[in-house]
Amino acid sequence: MESDYVLQMDGVSKEYSGNRVLKNVSLSVKRGEIHALMGENGAGKSTLMNILFGMPVIHNTGGFEGSILLDGCPATISNPQEAMQAGIGMVHQEFMLIPGFTVTENIKVGRELTKPTFFSRIFGKSLETLDFGTMKQDARRALDTVGLGIEEHVRIAGLPVGYMQFIEIAREIDKTGIRLLVFDEPTAVLTESEAARLLAAMRDIAAQGIAIIFITHRLDEVMTVSDSVTILRDGELVTRMPTADTNVHQIAELMVGRKIGGQLTAAEERRQTREGIALKLRDLCVDMPGEALEGVDLDIREGEIFGVGGLAGQGKLGIPNGIMGLYPATGSVELFGEALDFDKLGDALQKGVAFVSEDRRGVGLLLEDSVRLNIIFTAMQINNQFLKGNMLDTREANHHAQEMVKNLDIRCTSIHQVVGDLSGGNQQKVCVARALATNPRLLFVSEPTRGIDIGAKRLVLDLLRRINEEQGMTIVMVSSELVELRSICDRIAIVSDGQVSAIMSPTDSDVNFGLAMSGIRVGAGGPAEELGGEQA
Amino acid sequence: MDNVGKKRFSPGAWISANKVTALFIVLCVGAFFASKQSMAFLLGELFTRIGRNTFLVLSLIIPVVCGLGLNFGIVIGAMAAQIGVFAISVFEMSGFGSMVVCLLVATPLAVLFGYGTGKLFNNMKGSEMIGGMVLRYCADGFYQLLFLFIFGGVIKIDNIRLMIAGTSGVKNTIDLIDSIKYVVDELPLLNVLLVVLVGTALWQVVVLAGALRGKQQALVRKTLVNLVGCGAIFACTYIPYLEKMLITTKWSLLDAVEVIVYVGSAALVVAELYGKALLERAFELKKLGARIAGLVVVYLLTYIPSVEKLLRSVKVPVFTFCLIALLCVFNQAIFKTRLGQNMRTVGQSMAVASSSGINVDRTRIIAIILSTVLACWGQLISLQNIGTLQTYGAHDTVGQFAIAALLVGGASVHRANNRQALLGVVLFHTLFILSPSAGKELFGNAAIGEYFRVFIAYGVIALSLAMHAWKGKSAPKIRLTTPPATPGEGTPSEGNGAVPEPA
Repeated sequence: MESDYVLQMDGVSKEYSGNRVLKNVSLSVKRGEIHALMGENGAGKSTLMNILFGMPVIHNTGGFEGSILLDGCPATISNPQEAMQAGIGMVHQEFMLIPGFTVTENIKVGRELTKPTFFSRIFGKSLETLDFGTMKQDARRALDTVGLGIEEHVRIAGLPVGYMQFIEIAREIDKTGIRLLVFDEPTAVLTESEAARLLAAMRDIAAQGIAIIFITHRLDEVMTVSDSVTILRDGELVTRMPTADTNVHQIAELMVGRKIGGQLTAAEERRQTREGIALKLRDLCVDMPGEALEGVDLDIREGEIFGVGGLAGQGKLGIPNGIMGLYPATGSVELFGEALDFDKLGDALQKGVAFVSEDRRGVGLLLEDSVRLNIIFTAMQINNQFLKGNMLDTREANHHAQEMVKNLDIRCTSIHQVVGDLSGGNQQKVCVARALATNPRLLFVSEPTRGIDIGAKRLVLDLLRRINEEQGMTIVMVSSELVELRSICDRIAIVSDGQVSAIMSPTDSDVNFGLAMSGIRVGAGGPAEELGGEQA
Repeated sequence: MDNVGKKRFSPGAWISANKVTALFIVLCVGAFFASKQSMAFLLGELFTRIGRNTFLVLSLIIPVVCGLGLNFGIVIGAMAAQIGVFAISVFEMSGFGSMVVCLLVATPLAVLFGYGTGKLFNNMKGSEMIGGMVLRYCADGFYQLLFLFIFGGVIKIDNIRLMIAGTSGVKNTIDLIDSIKYVVDELPLLNVLLVVLVGTALWQVVVLAGALRGKQQALVRKTLVNLVGCGAIFACTYIPYLEKMLITTKWSLLDAVEVIVYVGSAALVVAELYGKALLERAFELKKLGARIAGLVVVYLLTYIPSVEKLLRSVKVPVFTFCLIALLCVFNQAIFKTRLGQNMRTVGQSMAVASSSGINVDRTRIIAIILSTVLACWGQLISLQNIGTLQTYGAHDTVGQFAIAALLVGGASVHRANNRQALLGVVLFHTLFILSPSAGKELFGNAAIGEYFRVFIAYGVIALSLAMHAWKGKSAPKIRLTTPPATPGEGTPSEGNGAVPEPA
């Protein structure tokens, strides 16, 4: 029985500097099986895969607990090369292909076939010449296996993404002794027909006895192609079961679940929302790499806390970044009835919008500068506040900074402390303080709780709610953490594939949220799409 | 000549892709007419400088392909060469043997320096060029310490020809006339050929002995064929014409053209026969005929009296040019090996390289060592031609000028090849030779031409680095015109066409 399983990971736990991201998780995959690994962002899927591949990030942070069995034998994988030698391959989400190389060269990269030469006999194997003939034959064979009829001497640059995905797979298959292949969201960038072709290729590969771990957020794909499924949630194993015994709704529910019961409860009481529309988006497209937005219509009321959720890479971050002018955008945006001019840098700031960026350390803060300067910086630039003529008005700046430190409970030695030295939660509060210093009418908060500990999360969320209640400020909160959105928002839009798939109330069921995140449209007035209907 | 080349590649596209090169072609042609110098003068000077500098320029190619950019660290290789030259000057060696000693001293030093440079560059990935530039100044300091204080001060050297009298330190100029001047340039090809033949023959005899003992029939036959081949080539050296050419160390350009036409046609025919016999390729008589006809036309052109006179007047050192050709072949061949492919992969993407099990750091260090050693040899070739060693200045402009020449040829921080190096050397040095006299003719002052060429050398580096930076910045902006959905929509039909659907 033991050797039925190509891979068994048992009791795996992992801690990143005191933060437990995996708790006693196990994963097992049989030979020739397609096994779906599912879970929300942050559920621990990538950490588990990093452990499987022996990535340096695991070993540099104190290793992990638990055991890995390959074909029933205990294995230690301490670097990616060893994983490769053990017959484990990975089809990356972002392509690991070299555009300037041909298909053959990419398939054979790092494993070129060579012929000995006069010089190689003297100076060693690295001077053997490449055997392009045999390499081409091997590449051809691998390409045929995945069913890609492309010439093997074509350059990668300029090929459609779908082809690149198949070439990536061909490269993994070409590795001798491959027995386990990990597909990390392979269909995310593919069109529907390409995705269908890919799933067929996966079945062919599995039929040859290679086990496949299939990481995806698309529930329908899991139902069509996988034999069994493992669901993770919050670093814990929820269940492992045969796909035949379950359905889309059950998986969706298990993935989302209710995580923290008592601490964060759904916002029940209605806040006073005024009649006016604070933000009106029509056909907003944002060209943000990895978070592209393709035509979004939204109306956000004055005085509400509006949540934008969805999985990473689906485009939810494109909304604030596009509106603030950080990435090129098209479409129309109206702020309190005024049209926004995309060509004018900082127009959104001028019109009373403030933004707390998800990229706290990159965009959000001047890490080398003091708390005071960070708090007043934007207000100084945009509204000419805290200035006496062209000089800094020290007294007013100090006064304001001190007040903010007190109000938001920023823990720092003084307002002159360098922001880079603060903890993540306190840095986040400085970001919020800076946004508030401009006296905005609309506040964008992007991933406000990313990378901060649970206690600080609560403080930040409470702070947002307080600002909303006390000042009546409209807040748009973009977050991957559904639980958080549901705890403070009045309405939540779910973004999937660059579009809004649903606008839901925080009290909607877990199933509906799960389905919406997978891109299956529910509610929102429209009829359920054929996929949802088919599986139900 | 330029016009012919341009027409074939569609001139507009070529010019826009090679702005720097096109600009230099115009400047060179302009400077030639402005300077009122004769073609014979220009060609004579030019070929001297090609012999001196091309090896150095070619040493830059490997690091570019490996993604390290333009290696300003080649100056350190040049310093290794100068230490070698100083060593033989101290012991007053002379002749070709002294060059061998020079190589034996300088090469290990260059390997060592290259290793250190590579280590340093690995710790500053992405800033190798500025690192190399600063490293060169740092190394210059150590070099001066070595030559001004340690030699003479710490290590006593009693050689009044080399040392500054009354204090420690090496003289500013070291005369190489009695040691290595022209030893490479004037090495007869015949000697080299004999050494290679004897070496090969001995090696084959050893293999033959092993094969006989192991009773490997096929190998025995192969080695015997090789030995007969060696003998045949040796016999050929007694053909009067070949013997004369092999003994002559300085061919006139006319000789060179003749040899190229003969050897070229023979090589074409042999290649065609080889392709037919072994690779079962079809005879391409028309193509072969056209190529040979081209060579014949070139040969006939030499019978035009003025051309003949010009070609007769210019002499080139044969062996040096053979070495340059050999390095060109090496630069090509290395990228057909596993090591070379690893270098290319590292140059394209370090992330992909390391995820495919290539040792990125090691590959980069090897590339830098190769470059440094080649630069060291290049400097030796240059010094033996010049005949004097400017102790503190010879390496001064080596890096900048070699890099400028490469860039003039159309190379960039990410792409460089032999063709660009050769074209660059020709254009850069043409301008260098002509600009003083052009300045004198145009402005009545040779110094203005001088300023101009210094400005050119640095300007072209700055310009091409800036152009490279702009290219990198402006690229992503164009993308919004096609929203991400459209390419996806476009592909399915295409995808389905090429992907056979078995299910």
